[in-house]
Amino acid sequence: MSVPVYRGRFGASQAERLLWRAGFGPAPGEAEKLSRKGMRRAVLSLTRPKGKAKLHGPAPHDEDGLPLAPRDAWGHDLLWWLDRMVRSNQPLTERMALVWHDWFATADVGQVALNLKQNELFRARGLGSFENLLLAVTKDPAMLVWLSGNQNEAGAPNENYARELMELFTLGASNGYTEDDVREQARALTGWTNDWDDDLGMINFRYEPDRHDDGRKRIFGKTGNFDWEDSCRLCLEHPAHAGYLIERLWSYFVPVPAPKRTLAALKKGYRRDRSIRRVVEAILMHPSLYEGPRMVKPPIVQIAGMLRARRNGIATDSWTWIADQAGQRLFQPPNVAGWDEQRWLDTARISGRWTAAAYNTRDDEEDTDTYDEKETASEAVRKALRFWGNPSISDKTRAELQRFAGRVEAAATADWQQGTYRALRQNALRILIVMSPELQTS
Amino acid sequence: MSGAPRHRCCGEFTRSELARRSLAEAGRGLPSIEPGMPAPAGTGLNRRSFMLRSGALALSVYGASLLKPQAFVEGIAKAAESQGKVLVSVFLEGGIDGLSILSPVADDKYRQLRPQLRMAPGAGPAWSEDSRLQWHPSAAPLHQLHGEGKVTVFPSIGYPSADQSHFTSRHYWEVGELSARTNTGWLGRLLDVVGSDENPLQGLSLDGSLAPSLATGRVPVAATWGPSYDLWAPGVWGDVEDLMFEAFRRLGVNAEKSRDAHLSGAGRVVRQAETLRQQLRAFSDEITSPVTYPDTGHFPESLAGLAAMLDAGLPITVASVGAPGSYDTHDEQAEDFRNYLAETCDGLLAFQRDLEARGLDDRVITLAWSEFGRRPEENGSAGTDHGAGGNAFLIGSGARGQMVGEWPGLNVLDEDDNLRSTADFRAVYCSLIEQWFGVDADAVIPGASGLARPVLIG
Repeated sequence: MSVPVYRGRFGASQAERLLWRAGFGPAPGEAEKLSRKGMRRAVLSLTRPKGKAKLHGPAPHDEDGLPLAPRDAWGHDLLWWLDRMVRSNQPLTERMALVWHDWFATADVGQVALNLKQNELFRARGLGSFENLLLAVTKDPAMLVWLSGNQNEAGAPNENYARELMELFTLGASNGYTEDDVREQARALTGWTNDWDDDLGMINFRYEPDRHDDGRKRIFGKTGNFDWEDSCRLCLEHPAHAGYLIERLWSYFVPVPAPKRTLAALKKGYRRDRSIRRVVEAILMHPSLYEGPRMVKPPIVQIAGMLRARRNGIATDSWTWIADQAGQRLFQPPNVAGWDEQRWLDTARISGRWTAAAYNTRDDEEDTDTYDEKETASEAVRKALRFWGNPSISDKTRAELQRFAGRVEAAATADWQQGTYRALRQNALRILIVMSPELQTS
Repeated sequence: MSGAPRHRCCGEFTRSELARRSLAEAGRGLPSIEPGMPAPAGTGLNRRSFMLRSGALALSVYGASLLKPQAFVEGIAKAAESQGKVLVSVFLEGGIDGLSILSPVADDKYRQLRPQLRMAPGAGPAWSEDSRLQWHPSAAPLHQLHGEGKVTVFPSIGYPSADQSHFTSRHYWEVGELSARTNTGWLGRLLDVVGSDENPLQGLSLDGSLAPSLATGRVPVAATWGPSYDLWAPGVWGDVEDLMFEAFRRLGVNAEKSRDAHLSGAGRVVRQAETLRQQLRAFSDEITSPVTYPDTGHFPESLAGLAAMLDAGLPITVASVGAPGSYDTHDEQAEDFRNYLAETCDGLLAFQRDLEARGLDDRVITLAWSEFGRRPEENGSAGTDHGAGGNAFLIGSGARGQMVGEWPGLNVLDEDDNLRSTADFRAVYCSLIEQWFGVDADAVIPGASGLARPVLIG
């Protein structure tokens, strides 16, 4: 039993989809270039990048031209990460960090340095073993604060982490555990603490055996003197875990459920070594990714993608509130369950995406006084598509853009309107293209 | 969670664009709005809403030179005629500790279960309907409104075999049944029955994303951040702007027809966004309220905006606003709880007074709810873990003002040592649907016929 592999054509438009699903969309020419590798080598180039990531393009700065201060300045945490999404030559590493940021959703714990440290963990271990990742997250300082692990001590258990460890991180809601398991897991997880320093804040996160409840616990029907590592491993060995992990990981890349046999094969493979990389490779090579339906781009992916397509760097603080308006303020997931991927789009989110598009076009506004008074509708549409690096669009969408371009020409009756309306038309086309339902999806 | 300042979208750009636009349009000799002019025919918007708005934008409504009136106009007209009932859903996120809103201060068991968190006798006013319980000082506004007969209290509301997951329990409350699979909200299904095909405003989330309870199966709904909505395109104005939005709408309509689910969904939202933009462009977000709201940010601003929108005749049937803060108080509960509850209750009181001053209070009722209550026994971190039975409040001049269910006491807890619930939220929904909206609850709540109908209104 093996996982099916896509055998169809792998041209620029398939590579474009891969880059949106596994990264942040193509820079101009990137999809074409990737397609020449063939599907298999293209996927491996993403999942097994060589060496350290390099950042290409203009260095990020804030509104005043100053370097970013992610630990200190409000909103710069997001700018810092968005910059990596835009400029990194290892996009899947960033995309996997985004997956884990959603999976182990931790909001600002009041000390941004801790959240940034957790983010580095997702980047460093995002394609490794899920077991290592889970153990590292369980004792990660930001997580210890976020889900009260540092408050959880013998004699005074706090259920916060225990519940989400099973419900959200490894098994799924009510998927083979009881309320008693929650309470016993909380006992097993006791022992973590930290100090407070008036200047430095929370420091010195550590495990203290004295704070650990070393009595016997009964978890999933097994009895023992379990500690925090046992607690994690019991979840990983739970029969429901592999299915939960595979189905959830799959859902980040493909919008329809995995075929049953694929699921079974992926589960079997995963149980061998809990390798995230192998699961992700199988998903990225699966026919469902290339032949299946389109998928809404997460807001931050859409925003990073527009910047990449324009080869624009981070040059304004505004991306933070715009990403918030669009529905994905990094480092501020709405709650511990992360973002709701089923509800990326509503009227408010669309207005955030629209604002993001406006901020990506405003510096290139066409001049009404000097604009070509003779430009045809087709020329206008081609020019606007070129502006975004020639994304693939359907004939139907192209026809609608063309219709709009023609209507503007018909409305330009006075002499003064000829150049002016064509300039406005170009500005409008750029927004329409990137805001079309088609380009909200990949 | 987010204590950070929230920027208003691109105010300066909008203003400069407006100035340009109004110059350009004025140059074409379009009429300007003068006091005393009739409202644009067929919009159903009353004059007041137009006078609220600065001249330039209202101009573009009058002077929509190239485009036919949109179908949404009918939706507005229809809904505005009825001056129908409105339900506002206020969600207290995280699972609020009911035992700290109404506390059994003299109960020995309470003192024993809450060594650190217990409220002192006399710290807040007693509750007139059950002398064992005392209001939290931050809930004084609720006490005041309750004294006027405008608050129906649910002292322990929940459902059988309570789920202690935030997400599962909240989901049940949002969808109005104990099913993990349902993907429409109970208010959304109500709108599917009473709503219009062309009016996104009928179900309005004011928090910048759609409340799951408003998710519909059929009719459009809207999400905004506060009481305004606009889309700004740099370097696009006049005729070209009108045509751009027409094309935007058409791109949405085309995609909506696709069999591809995500593409179709994106198309639907694009179409709704364009309709909403047209509905709200004639409404100003510079709100003048007849009462003073607390200056605590988004929550009171949204309520003030909502009252003004209703007063302007905008066709809203259900609205959703999140209460400030998070009530998931696993540690150091007391201070956060006090502050968030005060912000919430102060905002709700101002909203009620605003509605009264505008003469809208007989049309609007507010349900404040949370996904569950918290464990009676506090944890070791001066906080509380997830529980079962919790509190909810129905607020408004139309509320009956008598408690539904009773306070179950602490001597007999459920199998997880949580408060037993004495009212079922699904029964409350059925009563609201029937007694407030006059709609048969069977069409909205699965299994409605088997649920009670507590008297909530009157």
